[in-house]
Amino acid sequence: MKTGLKKKDWVLIMIIICVAWLTILVHIFIGGKGANRVIVKIEGAIQDTYNLSEEGEYEINGGTNVLLIRNGKASMLEADCPDQLCVHQKPIALNRESIICLPNKVVVEIESGTSREFDAVTR
Amino acid sequence: MRGRVAYFGVFTALALIFSYVETLIPFHFGIPGMKLGLANIIIVLVLYKLGVKEAYLLSVVRVLLSGFLFGNYFSILYSLAGGILSLSVMALLKRNGGFSVMGVSIAGGVFHNIGQLAVAMLVVETFSVIYYVPVLLVAGMVTGLLIGIAANEMLKRLVNLNM
Repeated sequence: MKTGLKKKDWVLIMIIICVAWLTILVHIFIGGKGANRVIVKIEGAIQDTYNLSEEGEYEINGGTNVLLIRNGKASMLEADCPDQLCVHQKPIALNRESIICLPNKVVVEIESGTSREFDAVTR
Repeated sequence: MRGRVAYFGVFTALALIFSYVETLIPFHFGIPGMKLGLANIIIVLVLYKLGVKEAYLLSVVRVLLSGFLFGNYFSILYSLAGGILSLSVMALLKRNGGFSVMGVSIAGGVFHNIGQLAVAMLVVETFSVIYYVPVLLVAGMVTGLLIGIAANEMLKRLVNLNM
């Protein structure tokens, strides 16, 4: 099949795929297991912390967003912004994963809490 | 010169229409900010047919107009960062030579996403958005390739259009 792609195009495609793989590996390496805390940040400052294993619905940022925690996953149930990007986003459960509501400057993040020290002890 | 201005007007209108059509397509892959970027067909076309300066002008005009018409303050900020970074890289690759229209467009798609991600990182002051990088890279590559193929076909048919 004649694609019309030149040699440099293929090099570019390979570089992009390699960088993508590299960042995935870094994410897995840093991410790992032990994710158990849901952190709610507003304008970069930590506002609330929830347990990922406790199910529930929480109003955050004074009611502009509603956070849902269910089956060990966190997702945004409601937001008062027009684009609803954060509501449409898939639930998060892994370390460092996040849901971001830009208009309200809300970040929901997953963290491993104190599990690092805990792992060191049990090992 | 008059012909160029007229064509610029036509391209601006086309880019706006594409932006509008894009808002009608409900694209939700679970990844915020991911879209096809139909208007970029016109940007690539202008880059090849009219030149870098005109492409920059069209990029900014397009983002401002579509932002005020269909978007909000955030979408303007986002699109502007993505659009200008993407266009800069595309112009650089085109001048460098050795890349096809598809290659230039792929780089444009990828850097469009990187520009938007950078703005997101600044706005919410967190680095955890890094997690999106692989998805955005691959998404930018695929959409860039599709846009590049479309733009390439259009350029083939517009060979006789002299501006």
